[in-house]
Amino acid sequence: MNTAPLLTLENVTVDFDGFKALTDVSLSLAPQDLRVLIGPNGAGKSTLCDTIIGRVRPTSGRILFKNQPITALPEQDIVRRGICRKFQTPGVLPSLSVMENLLVSARKNRAWWLAFSSSPPAAEQERAEEILETIGLTDRRETLAGSLAHGEKQWLEIGMVVATDAELLLLDEPTAGMGPQDTQRTADLILSLVGRHAVLVIDHDMSFVEALNGYTTVLHQGQILREGTVSEIRADAAVEAVYLGRAKEDVA
Amino acid sequence: MKPASLITILTLALGAAAPWLISSYELSLLGRFLAFSLVALGIMLTWGEGGILSLGQGVFFGLGGYALAMNLKLAGLNLANGDMPDFMQWSGVSALPGFWYPFANPWFSLVCVVLVPGIFAAAFSWLVFRRRIGGVYFALITQALALAFATLLVSEQAFTGGFNGLTDFSTFAGHDITSQGAARVIYLITFLLVVASYFFLRWLLGTRFGTMLRATRDGENRVRFLGHNPLPYKVVAFTLAGMLSGMGGALFTLHAGVISPALVGVVPSIEMVVWVAVGGRNVLWGAIAGTLLVNFAKDEISSALPSLWLYALGGLFILAVSFLPGGIAGLFTTPRMPRFFQRRRQEAAE
Repeated sequence: MNTAPLLTLENVTVDFDGFKALTDVSLSLAPQDLRVLIGPNGAGKSTLCDTIIGRVRPTSGRILFKNQPITALPEQDIVRRGICRKFQTPGVLPSLSVMENLLVSARKNRAWWLAFSSSPPAAEQERAEEILETIGLTDRRETLAGSLAHGEKQWLEIGMVVATDAELLLLDEPTAGMGPQDTQRTADLILSLVGRHAVLVIDHDMSFVEALNGYTTVLHQGQILREGTVSEIRADAAVEAVYLGRAKEDVA
Repeated sequence: MKPASLITILTLALGAAAPWLISSYELSLLGRFLAFSLVALGIMLTWGEGGILSLGQGVFFGLGGYALAMNLKLAGLNLANGDMPDFMQWSGVSALPGFWYPFANPWFSLVCVVLVPGIFAAAFSWLVFRRRIGGVYFALITQALALAFATLLVSEQAFTGGFNGLTDFSTFAGHDITSQGAARVIYLITFLLVVASYFFLRWLLGTRFGTMLRATRDGENRVRFLGHNPLPYKVVAFTLAGMLSGMGGALFTLHAGVISPALVGVVPSIEMVVWVAVGGRNVLWGAIAGTLLVNFAKDEISSALPSLWLYALGGLFILAVSFLPGGIAGLFTTPRMPRFFQRRRQEAAE
C-alpha cells in the first residue's frame, strides 16, 4: 500500500484485571479500505472496536488516526476526528423519528450553544434525505425509531454512522439477527459506502463475510491469528481449526 | 380555528379572569398551585424530556423562596439602627449576619430568586453529570440533598428561622402585600410567569436543543459516540429546572406568606414528582394540569379526612405509574398511550 494509513494500532493490549482481552494487536487500515474482522465469540472483536473509539482504554500500545495518537482523547473528540461506530445491539434513539435520528447524527457543528435553532442547516437536511434513501427507509421518515423492525433499526444505525461523515466507520455485527435477504441487502449497503469511507466490519456470519469479500483479519483469544483475502482465510487450516470448523459443527 | 388553539385561548382567558371569578380563598390556592406548576414544568423538562429524575427539586424551590423571604423579613426594619428580624432576637443573635444585608434590597432579592438556584443547580449537576452519574444514583443524591438542605435550615435557627421558617410578611419594595388587591396582583404575576415559562419551554423543546435532550435521554452513549457531548444539554436542562423551581418557591412564599423546611424537604420534593407523573411527564400542559389536580385533590381530601391524604397520594402515584405511564396528558397524545386505548383507537380508525 502506498497511501499513508488512516488508522494504525500499535501493539495494543487491553487487560481487564488480569484477563487479556487483547494482546499485542497491531493493525493498519488505509483510507477507503474495507476490512472485515472475524473471530469466534470472546475473541476480542468488540473490545477492539471499543478500544478504537475510546470506550475502553488500552493498557499499553498506541492508536493513531491520521498519524495522530487518539488513545487519550474523550470519546466525542475521537468521533469528531472522524471515527464513528455502530453498536452490536442497534443503538438507535427510540423516541426520536427516523429523520431526527439522522439529523442528530448529521450535525456538523456539535457545539451545544448552537442548538437553539429550530431547523438544521439545509446541507445537513439534504444529507439526511440522501442517507434516508440509501438505507431504504424513505417511507419511514416520521416513524419513531423504537417501532422499526429489527433489520430497519440496524440500517438506520448504519445510516446514522454514515451521516456523521466519519472517514472510518466501525460496524459491529451489522447483520446480527437478520435473515438471509436482509443480510444481502446489508452487504450491498456496506459495499456502497466503501470509497467514501473506510469501513471496518465485525461479523461472524461467513456468507456475509464472503459477500463483502474484503481483506479479512481473524482474531482469536485477543490476538491476530491470520490476515488475508476471504479465500485465503477460507483455505487456512489454523483458522478452520479455531473458527470455521467450529462454526460448521454449530450449524450441524 | 383548531380545537387545540381554542382550548389554549379559553384557558388563558379563564386564568387571567380568575381573580374576578373565584373567591379570594380559592384564588390564593390557585396562585399557590400555579407557583408549584413552575416546579412541575422544570421536572417535565428534566425528567420527562431529559430522563433525569431529581427527587430534590424542593431545594431549588426553597432557595428561591428563602431568597425572597429574607427580603420580606427585612422590609420595614431600620438596619442602620441595629434592627433584626423577630426570630433572630428570640434566638439571641447580637447583630444581623452579613449575608442577610444585601437582601434588604428588593431587586437584589428578586435576582437571587432565580440566580441562586440557577447557579447552584448548574454547579451541582455539572459536578455530578461530569462523573457520569445518572439514573437511580442521581435520584438518590438529590434526595440526600433535599434532606441535608432541610436539616441545615432547621439546625441553623438563628439565621434561617429554624423549623418555623420565615413568615409574617407585610410589604415588598414598599408595597403592601396583604391586601386583597395585592393578592390579585400577585396571582396575575404568577399566572403570567407560568404562561411565559410554558411558551418558553415549548419553544425550547421545539429547537434542536430539545431533540438533543431527548436523544441524550434515549441513549447517552449513542449520542456521545455520534460525537456530541451530552453534558451541556443535561446541565442546561437541570439549571433551567432549578431556576423555574426557585421562581415557584418565591411566588409560593408570596401567596402563602411563609416558607419553611417542611415545604422544601424530602416529602415535598417527592410530591413534586408525583404531580408530574400524574399529569404526564412528556407534555407541558400535563405537568401544569397534574399539579393543579393533585393539589386541589390534596386540599379537598386533607380537609375532609386529614389522615387519608398520604394514602391517596401513594395510590395515585401507583395508579399513574402502572396504568398511565404518560399520565393524564398521555391519554390525549398517541405515542405513549396504554395498550387498551391504542387498540380502541385503532379499531376506531379502521
